[in-house]
Amino acid sequence: MTLATLSLGVKSRLADLTMTLDLGEVTAICGPNGAGKSTLLASLAGLLAPDAGHVALGGQPMAGLRPDVRARTIGYLPQMPEVAWDLSVEVLVSLGRLPWHGVPGSEAQAAIDDAIAAMDLEAFRHRRVSQLSGGERARSLMARVLATGPSWLLADEPLASLDLAHAASLVACFRKQAQLGRGVVLVLHDLAMAMNHADRVIVLDRGRLAADGAPELALGADVVARVWGCPARWVGEPGARALSVG
Amino acid sequence: MNRRLILILLAALVVAVPLSLLAGRVWIDPFAPETRNASVILMQLRLPRAALALVLGAGLGASGAAMQGFLRNPLADPGLFGIAPGAALGAVLSFWTGYAASAWLLPVFALIGAGGAMALLALIAGREGGIALFTLAGLMISSLAGALMSLAISLSPTPFAMSEIVTWLMGTLADRSWREVWVATPFTLAGIGVLMAAGRSLDALTLGEAAARSLGVDPRRLQGLMIAGIGLTVGAGVAVAGIIGFVGLMVPHLVRPLTDRRPSSLIVPSALAGALLLLVADCLCRVLPLTGGELRLGIALSLLGAPFFLALLLRMRRGLA
Repeated sequence: MTLATLSLGVKSRLADLTMTLDLGEVTAICGPNGAGKSTLLASLAGLLAPDAGHVALGGQPMAGLRPDVRARTIGYLPQMPEVAWDLSVEVLVSLGRLPWHGVPGSEAQAAIDDAIAAMDLEAFRHRRVSQLSGGERARSLMARVLATGPSWLLADEPLASLDLAHAASLVACFRKQAQLGRGVVLVLHDLAMAMNHADRVIVLDRGRLAADGAPELALGADVVARVWGCPARWVGEPGARALSVG
Repeated sequence: MNRRLILILLAALVVAVPLSLLAGRVWIDPFAPETRNASVILMQLRLPRAALALVLGAGLGASGAAMQGFLRNPLADPGLFGIAPGAALGAVLSFWTGYAASAWLLPVFALIGAGGAMALLALIAGREGGIALFTLAGLMISSLAGALMSLAISLSPTPFAMSEIVTWLMGTLADRSWREVWVATPFTLAGIGVLMAAGRSLDALTLGEAAARSLGVDPRRLQGLMIAGIGLTVGAGVAVAGIIGFVGLMVPHLVRPLTDRRPSSLIVPSALAGALLLLVADCLCRVLPLTGGELRLGIALSLLGAPFFLALLLRMRRGLA
């Protein structure tokens, strides 16, 4: 099943929001606290049903999709993901295969191995989650999403609580997944990360669309000043910009 | 890893069951078959009792494993849903009304009580209820059933009924016959089957509610499976043996490190280990020299379980510090 678009109509916390997302792009959703970023992402993931309007996946209404079909197509990494039991990395990654119930074990194992390799986790395969550093844990959780083999990767603040190097390596991974043809949608707090690494930025302000487009436009100094309420200017070269506030 | 663990537990059961049949107030020496009434003791007393220990232990172990997976908490116990107190309330009412005199009606009353608690739980938790609301609803049902039981005891028509109720609540496998085995077995096995069907959803729940839903888990279906599975296993257990606590707490905890720690790989080994624990514990209750009758299984397991729970709590606190 190939997917072209995700689009969202109206949601109680989100007013008159219409958008089409494409595969092969990194889309960042930005906005101040309470702007509705997580609500939008959860709606796109099919976890929140809009009380008006609709979310469609490849032209098909999300509400009509079977949960396992939706789960195979959209990988979702929640904010502050938890792992309740002290699983090994391999078992954790294997949870990503749950939507593929009934698929032969060899195929599942190959997907798990690929995801572990993609996240550079071979050395940690048998290590328990409690023994991982923050960065290794984030990579393991990402590998869990990749093991499903989804067309879409949706992550809610995946870089929160990661140090600079780990955040950079995870961003590089998201970019690579977009190059492989997946649609990547990230809720990001760090505007510089969005500016430097996203193909498209959607800015939300109190549930409304404040800007949508290429990072240079959507995160222009005027938008930042209007939406975040603080004067700011971008410094540095394109691709390595930093935000100077005040 | 899991298959080996299951085989080891099965082997342990194969050894433990025949040995348990020999132990008791009258020890049966298999090499001296002239023990008086040996065949009656074996066939009418020990064998049904062992079978009941296996069935109830398996139900409690499996429901504990599923419950801990559902609540994502190693301290969870199947009793938290309030189904055991609901079943006990049903049983108490059968004593109170005098229907317990008919041996079939007591378990029927208890199963109705368990079913009532299950229905109430489903009603309160509602369609979109999260796990926290579900647990709190269970606790509320527990305390309501407890209060109604106390009321029934305090208003019991005769002191005899009162003492019968109190003794029954303590939980025991003594003096149980094949009839109780036939009542409990189908419900318990059906319950374990339902819990096993919930296994994959419980695995997904390891990653939290939102991630589980994104993996295709239907929370309402899972909630329904949990209510049915816990209700059948725990309800059937209370219906024939009274309240036996802590097995569902201890067993999954002991078994978990021997598995890959996914909730689904814990259910069957916990059922087998629960069967083993209840068989051994019941055997020890039987042979313990105690004046004035044998130690009640429910009391024995609480005496064992409470310090276990405390040790677990302290270890978790150390882990957090």
